[in-house]
Amino acid sequence: MSVLVATEPRLRPQRTDWAGLAFAMALLLCLLTCFAFLAALLSQVFADGWGTLADRGTEFLTSELSTSPRRSGVAQAIKGSLLLAGFVAVVAFPLGIATAVYLEEYAKNTRVTRLMRLNIRNLAGVPSVVYGLLGLTVFVQLLGTDMAGGEGITGGRSLLAGGLTLSILVLPVVIITASESLAAVPSVLREGAYGLGATQWEVVRTVAVPNAIPGILTGTVLALSRALGETAPLILTGAFLGNFFRTPDQSVIETFRGDYTALPMVIYNWAGEAKKEFKLELAPAAIIVLLAITLLCNAGAVILRTRFERSE
Amino acid sequence: MAALVIDDNSLTGSARRRRKERIVRRAFLCAGLSSMAISVAIVLSLLGKSIGFLRNIDLNTLTDAGWYPRLGKFDLSTLFIGSLIVTGIAMIIATPLGLGAATYLAEYANPRTRKILKPMLEILAGIPSIVLGFFAFRWIAPNVVQNLNADAGLFSLLSAGIGVGVLVTPLVASVTEDALRAVPRTLREASYGIGARKVTTTLRVVFPAAVSGIVASLILAASRAIGETMVVALAAGGSGGAVFTTDPFQEGQTITAAMASLASGTDSIAGGGGKGAGAAFSSLFFLGLLLFLITLLLNFIGDRFVARVREKY
Repeated sequence: MSVLVATEPRLRPQRTDWAGLAFAMALLLCLLTCFAFLAALLSQVFADGWGTLADRGTEFLTSELSTSPRRSGVAQAIKGSLLLAGFVAVVAFPLGIATAVYLEEYAKNTRVTRLMRLNIRNLAGVPSVVYGLLGLTVFVQLLGTDMAGGEGITGGRSLLAGGLTLSILVLPVVIITASESLAAVPSVLREGAYGLGATQWEVVRTVAVPNAIPGILTGTVLALSRALGETAPLILTGAFLGNFFRTPDQSVIETFRGDYTALPMVIYNWAGEAKKEFKLELAPAAIIVLLAITLLCNAGAVILRTRFERSE
Repeated sequence: MAALVIDDNSLTGSARRRRKERIVRRAFLCAGLSSMAISVAIVLSLLGKSIGFLRNIDLNTLTDAGWYPRLGKFDLSTLFIGSLIVTGIAMIIATPLGLGAATYLAEYANPRTRKILKPMLEILAGIPSIVLGFFAFRWIAPNVVQNLNADAGLFSLLSAGIGVGVLVTPLVASVTEDALRAVPRTLREASYGIGARKVTTTLRVVFPAAVSGIVASLILAASRAIGETMVVALAAGGSGGAVFTTDPFQEGQTITAAMASLASGTDSIAGGGGKGAGAAFSSLFFLGLLLFLITLLLNFIGDRFVARVREKY
């Protein structure tokens, strides 16, 4: 002990480590610059858009598109975005989770399985605009017209075509996050269930998936918020771009096979308008609405995750 | 022994249970195969129309100056240079910011600050690209670009590039941070043990150990930047066409922005058939194919580097 005390002053750095301090400050500066961009973005959007939202209140949310900026609202856009998100949830999540279950629980480590994994990782990196082209070819053109040249199953540039395209777009993200959370379930749990005589499907249904649910949910909700913000694939699959848009009373099937638009499309349209009211007031107001919805979505993910984790 | 044989038979369970097992297994296999089908569908849908495009046009128009698809000018170099400039600027922004932020979070921040700072970075990652496009022409252009060059207009490749840079910074940060945190603690302790300072440990020990992951993060970010559409479509100008330019202060177009403007143009070719079913329409698929191949190559290389990090530790 006395030896340690004797040598201690020599161990202590003699001078302040200015270089080290400068390095740490530079790193912190990088992080703070990121936040500065975030702050600038949010304050600019709110400075531009809040006036419209505050003046018009819910009337902005319930008005339909119009050529007059004073009457134009985001009603159809919100409806379209929510329908698209719901559609993605119904199509992409079961398919994505099923794929993840196959890869993690059923597939053996063969060449085909490795190819499937590689393929999914690559799909996750394909730009969204390319998915738009896929949707245009398959869902708008191929399935959108029948042999005689009339309307096909999807009805051409329809909500159905856009929804299917977005579902395929987020599928790799859902698969990857679900796979990761399934892989994190300890194999002892599975072995315990097998020991009790459960079949593989029973193990998947009662042990593997329920234990992986917090991770799966988080991943899927994040995928949903990504789908809500995507624009490029919707442009290509014919989401409505303009200020006239009529949706007469429709049945559910007609709605899905009919014209549609979505919040990001309306933002893209307004931001490209020549009229200042559209470009600099309505577009940012719609951005606030979009940010609010995606943020709610992400907050929902966090709440769901903590609730599931606590109940365990 | 005989008893065991009989038991063995009963151990396989009821025939119904086994049949159900087989059906479920096949259903999951079908789900797994659907992702392969998607890849095949992407390649087929791009390839078919691209070949049609190359057959229908005069190949000299691929090198004519300027990209004006509706006038029959399909100069690829205009778009390639545009994409290169935007991606280059984005990487100049995202590399220091992303690496710096990741290093701070992984090596310097204490757990409590990290718990606050990391979600804020994730918020930035969750901002839709269309919003960053608006931000690029509304805030970056007047406050950054026009400060550098007063002659620059509201729309320029530079403001689009900075916007894309802000967009991919969280990606660089998150992949790099994972790589840094995967470096075993023992390496750092050994470095401290021989008297190295924190900065030396970070730069000479942790960084080299995590280099594959860092390279991967940059490659994946570059691939994402090349494929980014909406920021460029809103902020770079040049809708409808663009002259050849290497000046980032000018308006310009990238591969992706050209696709967006083709699809949202006045003759609304997204409807398919009809008015737009000309060379301009099929050029969309040719560009899509090029983009797909470029990002596929980059993702494949990036993936290799990520796999190397996993193998090592």
